[in-house]
Amino acid sequence: MRKGRFGPYGGQYIPETLMNAVGELEKEYERLKKDPDFQAELEHLLKHYAGRPSPLYYAGKMTRDLGGAKVYLKREDLNHTGSHKINNVLGQALLAKKMGKKRLIAETGAGQHGVATATAAALMDMECDIYMGKEDMERQALNVFRMELLNARVHPVTTGTMTLKDAVNETLREWASRMDDTHYVLGSVMGPHPFPTIVRDFQKVIGKEIKAQLLEAEGRLPDAIFACVGGGSNAIGAFYEFIEDTGVRLIGCEAAGLGIDTPQNAATIATGAVGVFHGMKSYFCQDEDGQIAPVYSISAGLDYPGIGPEHALLHDTGRAEYYAVTDEEAVSAFEYLSHTEGIIPAIESAHAVACALKIIPDMSKEQIAVINISGRGDKDVAAIARYKGVELYE
Amino acid sequence: MSRIARAFQNNKAFIAFITGGDPDLETTERLVPAMAEAGADIIEIGIPFSDPVAEGAVIQEANERALKAGCTIDKLFAAVARIRRRTQVPLLFMTYLNPVLAYGKEKFMRRCRECGIDGLIVPDMPYEERGELDGACKEYGIDLLSMIAPTSAERIKMIAADAKGFLYCVSSLGVTGVRERIETDLAALIDKARTVTTVPSAVGFGISTPKQAAGLAKIADGVIVGSAIVQLIAQFGRQSVKTVCEYVGIMKRSISVMTGG
Repeated sequence: MRKGRFGPYGGQYIPETLMNAVGELEKEYERLKKDPDFQAELEHLLKHYAGRPSPLYYAGKMTRDLGGAKVYLKREDLNHTGSHKINNVLGQALLAKKMGKKRLIAETGAGQHGVATATAAALMDMECDIYMGKEDMERQALNVFRMELLNARVHPVTTGTMTLKDAVNETLREWASRMDDTHYVLGSVMGPHPFPTIVRDFQKVIGKEIKAQLLEAEGRLPDAIFACVGGGSNAIGAFYEFIEDTGVRLIGCEAAGLGIDTPQNAATIATGAVGVFHGMKSYFCQDEDGQIAPVYSISAGLDYPGIGPEHALLHDTGRAEYYAVTDEEAVSAFEYLSHTEGIIPAIESAHAVACALKIIPDMSKEQIAVINISGRGDKDVAAIARYKGVELYE
Repeated sequence: MSRIARAFQNNKAFIAFITGGDPDLETTERLVPAMAEAGADIIEIGIPFSDPVAEGAVIQEANERALKAGCTIDKLFAAVARIRRRTQVPLLFMTYLNPVLAYGKEKFMRRCRECGIDGLIVPDMPYEERGELDGACKEYGIDLLSMIAPTSAERIKMIAADAKGFLYCVSSLGVTGVRERIETDLAALIDKARTVTTVPSAVGFGISTPKQAAGLAKIADGVIVGSAIVQLIAQFGRQSVKTVCEYVGIMKRSISVMTGG
């Protein structure tokens, strides 16, 4: 297998200008990965700053209500900054700092990755510029304010669909014009090598903890793990530790928007085709001329026309299963988890909950299912109210 | 000798870029032969793409205009075939990789040959990924160009050794677009390349004035201008042919004077 490949997927499809930057990143990452001081420093931050390990919570009410497998929730929503994004960001920011970089740049969709990057930049005394689609800035106004509070500059992206893919375009352009003092903190398991590997390595702590916590609680492995998939970082993080454990079903939940039979969806595996975009070969929503499709989802974090290359391979080999979840199902699951367990999940994570609600009742009572609650839903409350036609006044 | 090689034979080459189908294909069909007549030695036609990550705002907007006007790859091939009947100027396609893969790389190269395309520039396919198209390009006799950038450093020799047609030297960091100053030591870059290749070198990104072009022509074999031309097309639309050709003439003369051509 070629370097940076997951089967036929992955690679480094970027302009020549950036090739030395990704080469330097790969070299430094390989070195620091084996450096015990770096690992100790990162572990310290994850524990004392981000609040790891995150709890694996037995959802008793949900279990009784669904009448199938025992349900556990992996509480990434309880991390500092409110989602799993902090795991990757702390790792990359520390890496950038060791590489002598003074400035972090990042794309953001829902704003969670932007907030996490702004947080790490504040912590580590680095400059921070965040690129965010103008439409997402409107959908996630609260997160824009949070980033600015953290001293980051938020740049509205007004090209294309003004959402996550356009924010990635703009951040790649910015990186190509200034890389000597700047690190691009890519937010998901996507982009050119080595990003899909680096981000997965920093996120695999989720699955490691699930395994240890469940062995302690139940003395065995789960039967299924559910996670939402946009680019796929929380899903790869939850799945990776279990890839060799073939008895564990790995279930990725994509955003079907208004439905996969409509153009308003972001379900890459269900409706996409193999192509090359944003530095990687993978599946992308596109038309017959290879133009990237203007995807849609209620969730700004899943509103992305591609999927990470390792997921593409897990799909092809059948090791992981991918299902599409509509806006309506996700909103309904958002409310369900709020009512049933008193946990308001991010609308992204609600896609995983929705998929689990369909599958868990058909599992047996002896089985165990884990749902990765990748983020908390405070940021989504206003958007869900709008969706339901409720007017909020502040 | 190929059409591209001939363009560099007696003089410094002026290479003009436009986005295909901007503002419509009919204008592209009028622009290309007229620019050749006005002094463009090679013409690079961009295949419009939804997400051109190597482009600055001017060419991004041209891509959007072309796609909105309904430009597809098939329609662009048909237009190029008609253009080829009217001019022998070397024609290049500049395209991102995904449209080529979606179209089918064999079919794409066959159509390139049928329509008279001489070479291909793929900005999101660096040296390491050339295997995607290299074989198909060779099979159909299409030159697959190589690019070097100010950051290429020790990569230059590896890349240049493989160069076909001409070596595309990116003048500056960042994306395409007009720049006031070009600060890269391009002479050093090109000298390094010349130790391993005999194909000509042309500099692109950021060039808009005759003075810049004249300066660069002292160190390179050709000068590539895109955004400055596309900006005129944005301004004058379907009436842009005359203005664009005047500009092409001025730029061509600016690099010819010094070689006495």
